[in-house]
Amino acid sequence: MGVIERDPHTGHGTTGHEWNGIKELNTRVPWPVWTFLILTFGFSVVWWILMPAWPLGTTYSKGLLGVDVRQVVSASLKSAAEERAAWTSQIDQKDYAAIQADDALMKDVRATGHALFGDNCAACHGLAARGGPGFPNLTDHDWLWGGTPEAISETIRVGVNSEDPDSRVSQMPPWGSNGALDRPSLLAVVSYVHSLSHPGAGADAAQLAAGKEVFAKNCAACHGPEAKGNPEVGAPDLTDDTWLYGGDLQSIYTTVYGGREGHMPTWQARLSDTERKILTLYVLDIGKSAP
Amino acid sequence: MVATMTIGERQVALAISIFVALCGVVLAAASGSDPLLVHGIIIVLAGVAGVFIILRDYYAPEPGPERLSRYYDEPIKAGIIAALAWAIVGMFIGDWVAWLLAYPDLTFDAAWSTFGRLRPIHTTGVIFGFGGNALIATSFHVMQRTSRARLPDQLTPWFVLAGYNLFCILAVTGYPMGITQSKEYAEPEWYADIWLVIVWVVYFVLYLRTLARRKEPHIYVANWYYLAFILVVAMLHIVNNLALPVSLGSAKSYSFFSGVQDAMVQWWYGHNAVAFFLTAGFLGMLYYYLPKRAGRPIYSYRMSIIGFWGITFFYVWVGSHHLHYTALPLWVQTLGMTFSVMLLVPSWIAAANALLTLNGAWHKVRDDATLRFMMVAAVLYGLSTFEGSFLAIRPVNSLSHYTDWTVAHVHAGTLGWNSMIIFGAIYYLVPQLWGRQRMYSAALVETHFWLAVAGLVVYVFAMWNSGITQGLMWRTYNESGTLAYSFVDSLVAMHPYYIARAIGGLMFLVATVIGVYNVWMTIRSVPAAEGRPVADQPASLPAGEAAAPARG
Ligand code: HEC
Ligand code: HEC
Ligand code: HEM
Ligand code: HEM
Repeated sequence: MGVIERDPHTGHGTTGHEWNGIKELNTRVPWPVWTFLILTFGFSVVWWILMPAWPLGTTYSKGLLGVDVRQVVSASLKSAAEERAAWTSQIDQKDYAAIQADDALMKDVRATGHALFGDNCAACHGLAARGGPGFPNLTDHDWLWGGTPEAISETIRVGVNSEDPDSRVSQMPPWGSNGALDRPSLLAVVSYVHSLSHPGAGADAAQLAAGKEVFAKNCAACHGPEAKGNPEVGAPDLTDDTWLYGGDLQSIYTTVYGGREGHMPTWQARLSDTERKILTLYVLDIGKSAP
Repeated sequence: MVATMTIGERQVALAISIFVALCGVVLAAASGSDPLLVHGIIIVLAGVAGVFIILRDYYAPEPGPERLSRYYDEPIKAGIIAALAWAIVGMFIGDWVAWLLAYPDLTFDAAWSTFGRLRPIHTTGVIFGFGGNALIATSFHVMQRTSRARLPDQLTPWFVLAGYNLFCILAVTGYPMGITQSKEYAEPEWYADIWLVIVWVVYFVLYLRTLARRKEPHIYVANWYYLAFILVVAMLHIVNNLALPVSLGSAKSYSFFSGVQDAMVQWWYGHNAVAFFLTAGFLGMLYYYLPKRAGRPIYSYRMSIIGFWGITFFYVWVGSHHLHYTALPLWVQTLGMTFSVMLLVPSWIAAANALLTLNGAWHKVRDDATLRFMMVAAVLYGLSTFEGSFLAIRPVNSLSHYTDWTVAHVHAGTLGWNSMIIFGAIYYLVPQLWGRQRMYSAALVETHFWLAVAGLVVYVFAMWNSGITQGLMWRTYNESGTLAYSFVDSLVAMHPYYIARAIGGLMFLVATVIGVYNVWMTIRSVPAAEGRPVADQPASLPAGEAAAPARG
């Protein structure tokens, strides 16, 4: 090669190599490169000195700061719980009525209940707790298992048809799929149930009378003679226009034909007493502001 | 393709095809009712297709010795077409899953169309299908040109290409059936993995054989990168996929590793897949096509060296930054984090070296969309490596991890860096390889460029916003000292960003389709009367007597 070839644009020399027309300049590495290399290396070395970093046989360098993530996390959880204790201890001690009367406490309940409900309950009951087919609306003042704070709290604790030994048991037996009722009786009782909430829907009077009889014999035990429901067994009121599975003829038929068995998980093991109490208060509170 | 092979090569090719078909028969026969049956059949079909293709031209006249004075470019053409086909499939599925995230009900109630099964079709389709084929095709091109040596034979490159695509097909057809190892970017099951090992080793040896025949005294940087890519990917692939199949007739296997070791091996693999598949190989591409297109010498040989060794040395340590704040011991996390920070400078050296190479050619960047693709790629490479090193810092990661910020980082890299450099290279290569004066339409190249950049910007900004919003929502406490938002709240907040991302992705997809159309029309167009000799020929010219410079 002899004389170094120079790039006319930059004035830098080339390395003298060429590959299919590509040449390389032998430009010196610009100083910021060295500066930043040294900076990032320096940063790393400092970090290694301060923090656990290098393996040493069966142990590792512990670092001057002696950081242990597990301890850091437990300590911050503990201090957060202590801070919250200012109001959570009151939730634990006071009864429902007292808390509901305490605006400051209810503010905490609303703020905390929102995320608790969103993370645990919204998947089934909806973010606004309005429910959907098969999942009850919790804001409609219409309760399957009773609407007192104690009843609601108990539902949340044990669940419905859950694996908890104390679980509430909800059994709407099938009447058609197992042949418990013959077809005319089945259709009659369905029309009858439908007529309770849709007076004047134009069903045949004879059929309604037959249906009423079937109902008294088979259904009243759970739903009550007036079909007003029974929170003891979670049997819904069939005379109002609130429906868990749907109040049109077809849905009622499906319910009665095949039976129903709603599942609500138990929260006893997953949420603390305080959290469940907050949720109870929260559910009651959003119901209050709902129409 | 077959007509360019010697009779001996045709016979070996035939034997391989028959052997592959037989392997398929064995798998299918052993599978019973396992989903492996479908894959057995696909393998049989692949083998049979091979047999048919070979027999069609089996008696074609043999190529003469004059072939040896020309580079062997046929497989490069096939690789480019395969890459483009995979680009459309992979990006189409990508946009589909993007809409799925905005409207989760779009699954038609079928198992195959759920997010979990479609998503790996996207990642495999784009990374391995699109990126992998582009890497193989350009490596064949770059190694011949920079070594001034022809590929050593006519069979091996086809085996590598066809075998690799068979692997990709086995991968993406397995996911809808639920066949997966559940390791990200290493989803395919044991039989596909074994097949890839064979293909990959042949690829590695092919590269070495070509280099060994080189007529240049030195090995160009691009080749260092391609070699690192092939070598390290082989190592990663083998270690991470060590597994025991349930039986020869079952698609299911169990990994050799478990617990936190399994996680660490997986992300050692996962990050180095990024490092050596999506970075090293692509830097090889950048180091050849950018100076070539710009007609400028590489800015600094010394920076090439620091960049290369820095990247190869530091990258292999950083996998643990994917496992910050997990059961992984803190000291491993520290190493992952600090090495990621040290990795920044070598990465930037590579990007800066490319951009400084453009000094004296910026007017070309303004006028030539092809070169602009490469320039944007280098910029976005710099951006995503900066972002990556930043995200690797533990406290930053505590905000970004599990959020869409990662997805923004990924697509700044894959759309802005990988896709842009691939399209730059393709627009450079297609007219040259098919002997056309230029692309069918320069206006469409411009359209592709601007639409792709716009789509990229929409995508990445949407995901940055969404990711940071998400991260902040998850850590916001209210005055009572409890979390202010539920997870569902953050999903509701994501919804508009998901729609924006899906639209940005759609723009990128449409831009790609335009590019493919343009390539298609270029290939189909009639060569100009005087034709264009495939540049850089012949291979055998002694040094100093290089043929007329490529018109690029
Ligand atoms: C897996 C779905 C599911 C989840 C999660 C769930 N529930 Fe329920 N919940 C139900 C169903 C179903 C019922 C109705 C059970 C029945 O048929 O009696 C119900 C009933 C209730 C009731 C009784 C309603 C009444 O009318 O008496 C309350 C109160 C309740 N849920 C509160 C909660 C709370 C609070 C949470 C969160 C901690 C929660 N639920 C989570 C499914 C769920
Ligand atoms: C063993 C007690 C029991 C008997 C007997 C019974 N039910 Fe029920 N029924 C229930 C319970 C409990 C539910 C609530 C199911 C749930 O929440 O999943 C229910 C629900 C229903 C519903 C659905 C209400 C809604 O809101 O969607 C209808 C309709 C109904 N019963 C009709 C009948 C009819 C008609 C009969 C008689 C043929 C009958 N039930 C007999 C316990 C009973
Ligand atoms: C049309 C353009 C594209 C669209 C619309 C798109 C869309 C998506 C979507 C929706 C996801 C899932 C994100 C999530 O799980 O939250 C994803 C993931 C991913 N995509 Fe794309 N993508 C596109 C192009 C590409 C390209 C070209 C590449 C690679 C070359 C790529 C590589 C990836 C990777 C690696 C992931 C996994 C990211 C992770 O796990 O964090 N994408 N993409
Ligand atoms: C200096 C270079 C880089 C560093 C230090 C780096 C670092 C990181 C970090 C910290 C994450 C997030 C891990 C998590 O929180 O889960 C990440 C994710 C990712 N990065 Fe990078 N990055 C770099 C360059 C790149 C480039 C150039 C690309 C692509 C071309 C890329 C592709 C990805 C992908 C695909 C993921 C997602 C992995 C997953 O979770 O599926 N990175 N990177």
